[in-house]
Amino acid sequence: MKFLSEFRDSALAKGVISQIHHRSKMSARFMEFCGGHTVTIFRYGIRQALPETIEMLSGPGCPVCVTATADLDKAIALAQVPDVIIATFGDMLKVPGSFSSLQQTKAEGADVRMVYSTMDAVRMAEENPDKRVVFLGIGFETTAPTIAASVLQAEEKRLENYTVLSLHKLCPPVIKTLLDSGEVRLDGLICPGHVSAVIGSTAWEFVARDYGIPCVVSGFEPLDVLQCVDMLVTQVEGQDSKVEIAYRRGVQPEGNPEALRLMDNVFEHCSAHWRGMGTIPNSGLRLRRTYQRFDADCVFDIDPGPTREPEGCICGAILRGINTPPDCNLFGKACTPVNPVGPCMVSAEGSCSAYYLYEGGNRGG
Amino acid sequence: MADEILMAHGSGGKLAHGLVQRTFVDVLDNPLLAKLDDSAVFNVSGRLAFTTDSYVVTPIFFPGGDIGKLAVCGTVNDLAMSGACPLYLSLSFIIEEGFSKKDLEAVVASVKETADEAGVAIVTGDTKVVDRGSVDKLYINTAGVGTVAQNADISGENARPGDKILLSGPIGDHGIAVISKREGLSFSTQLTSDCAPLNDLVASMLKASPNIHCLRDPTRGGLATTLNELARQSQVKILIEEEQVPVREEVLAACEMLGFDPLYVANEGKLVAVVAAADAQHVLEAMRANRYGEQAVIIGEVAEGDPGRVVMKTPLGTTRIVDMLTGDLLPRIC
Amino acid sequence: MCLAIPALIKSIDKNHEAEVDMGGIARRISLRLTPEAEVGDYVIVHTGYAINILDQQEALETLKLFEQLAQAAQEEH
Repeated sequence: MKFLSEFRDSALAKGVISQIHHRSKMSARFMEFCGGHTVTIFRYGIRQALPETIEMLSGPGCPVCVTATADLDKAIALAQVPDVIIATFGDMLKVPGSFSSLQQTKAEGADVRMVYSTMDAVRMAEENPDKRVVFLGIGFETTAPTIAASVLQAEEKRLENYTVLSLHKLCPPVIKTLLDSGEVRLDGLICPGHVSAVIGSTAWEFVARDYGIPCVVSGFEPLDVLQCVDMLVTQVEGQDSKVEIAYRRGVQPEGNPEALRLMDNVFEHCSAHWRGMGTIPNSGLRLRRTYQRFDADCVFDIDPGPTREPEGCICGAILRGINTPPDCNLFGKACTPVNPVGPCMVSAEGSCSAYYLYEGGNRGG
Repeated sequence: MADEILMAHGSGGKLAHGLVQRTFVDVLDNPLLAKLDDSAVFNVSGRLAFTTDSYVVTPIFFPGGDIGKLAVCGTVNDLAMSGACPLYLSLSFIIEEGFSKKDLEAVVASVKETADEAGVAIVTGDTKVVDRGSVDKLYINTAGVGTVAQNADISGENARPGDKILLSGPIGDHGIAVISKREGLSFSTQLTSDCAPLNDLVASMLKASPNIHCLRDPTRGGLATTLNELARQSQVKILIEEEQVPVREEVLAACEMLGFDPLYVANEGKLVAVVAAADAQHVLEAMRANRYGEQAVIIGEVAEGDPGRVVMKTPLGTTRIVDMLTGDLLPRIC
Repeated sequence: MCLAIPALIKSIDKNHEAEVDMGGIARRISLRLTPEAEVGDYVIVHTGYAINILDQQEALETLKLFEQLAQAAQEEH
């Protein structure tokens, strides 16, 4: 597949790996923020290929994992409203809320439909004028512009039955919170490639400038991640700290101005509750008042009831990089991909799921 | 009215008899079925293989096949994976009231065509019609019998260290072909399901070597799940090389788009064979000479240690564990 | 997060929608976020929207860089 397969080439990988081994003298700890990077790292056994000087840590860049239980409960409650169709990305279907999940609610008769794109959700609203379609808006800055575009599309089509439950979150604020907490020491940040395609690499300047941590924006193929690690190692060895783009075919310093404009048109910043991390100011997106007729929070009056967090689940600490999945008492025993307790196990890119599937969690690691 | 299946079609009365005769018996056309006795009675000598399966695929018509073709292939292949020569199938239909007669006829025509290719006969069947909404259009249940050579010992528990793992062709075609038509996920592709009866392929493999230890078709759960099943049943470690596993570009593209790993996507016309090392090349050549094994490859081997584990060497030369599919394969955006 | 893959634009219609080819599969996507994209461009597609135009020149240069590194590693052995 063009512009994809070439970046998985084994012969080319050997060259980058060799260079990393040559360069890396000082021990360094790099965090990949983005769940997609977590998957690539595990799927290609990248940690094995790296020298022992480098330690890799997974961060909270999994939008499914950081969705607050109360928010998911709200979506589940909405699903139970008789004329509502919940349109959702597949990722959220199996995540456990306080007492149920969207998949379970669907099995009990609620109209919950999986979509690949908000375009499908808008079409669903057009084709079902007697129903109300609520789109479950999860994801970071890569996805938020697509939801913004769908709201504008719904406006153009004068739809009165399309709303969005905005659970979108922003990446830079959570990175800042993580770094401010002092809980985790980093020598480099592998910056999310597709989020940066939208927000630009300049969005990470504050990390390099205020925290002295090297930042490199990485693509998602194994060669991309290796190149990123190589560039981080170079900065570390040179005691440098700046923002660089490894993913040059996909990211520009200024990002995508049109996507940013659409996002800004439809959304405003608000504080958001991040599972396992608490409330972070200015880290979420909600629809602007002009669009409140498309805002599920305004259109529906939903009280999801009290929230219940699963006992023993340490997804929060794992998301913050303080613990790894094997540290959790539930990992591989009470909490498995078949019976997930916390979101890090449900999400295909959650740390726990990655550890379980690629490191053999079902045999005690 | 005459275009749809009614409750009465399943009730055993005149309408039902008419349906059975015209839509099933006349089309499937064999002397045993034509007798329409309560059971088909026939002579079979030797060891028997016996299997059953149910088919609930959605959508029922997909690129490269339909639920009817799938039902025959699935049953024939289950028998073939035990080294059996498939002979007779039973076919039971559970039809949703209101189902299109034309669609039913198309499914039965598919059954006939596939049965003919596989050289099997549908000798007994059943028809039930249920209330609208009780089933999703059409479910099919089958059972199949076949004969197995007295000395044949093909079983999931027979893999031994040193054996080679052979795969008959590219993976993921069926799962992706089916999902390409699903509401909310649709995309256009030339890709068709690989749904195919593999008994002829297996027969030629058995002729090439008596040292085929295991045969399995990687259906739901994909190649990864099948390899894990074999590793567990035989209590061995299986080692495969990612670069050896063939995947069509369109399957790769669809998997990338939806967030699937091709190792977990269903196949309906592929098999995995665990063969004694000395005979592996010979069996491979026999496979490549068959239309359903043209792209057969050796993807790995059975190793010592770590019983029940499947490990894959990645293009980077590193290794990672390949686990079974847990739950459903769900498209993701993240 | 953010599964997004390269797609080749085959045609564009007046609704900012495009027919694209991704490794042999075809899909209709939205160019609302990349209105300047043209037929023949590769775009990066996430959930049915192009989120950026792929810079083909940069892609080739990155690959060239990898080739040079691979060559150097080869020569070492």
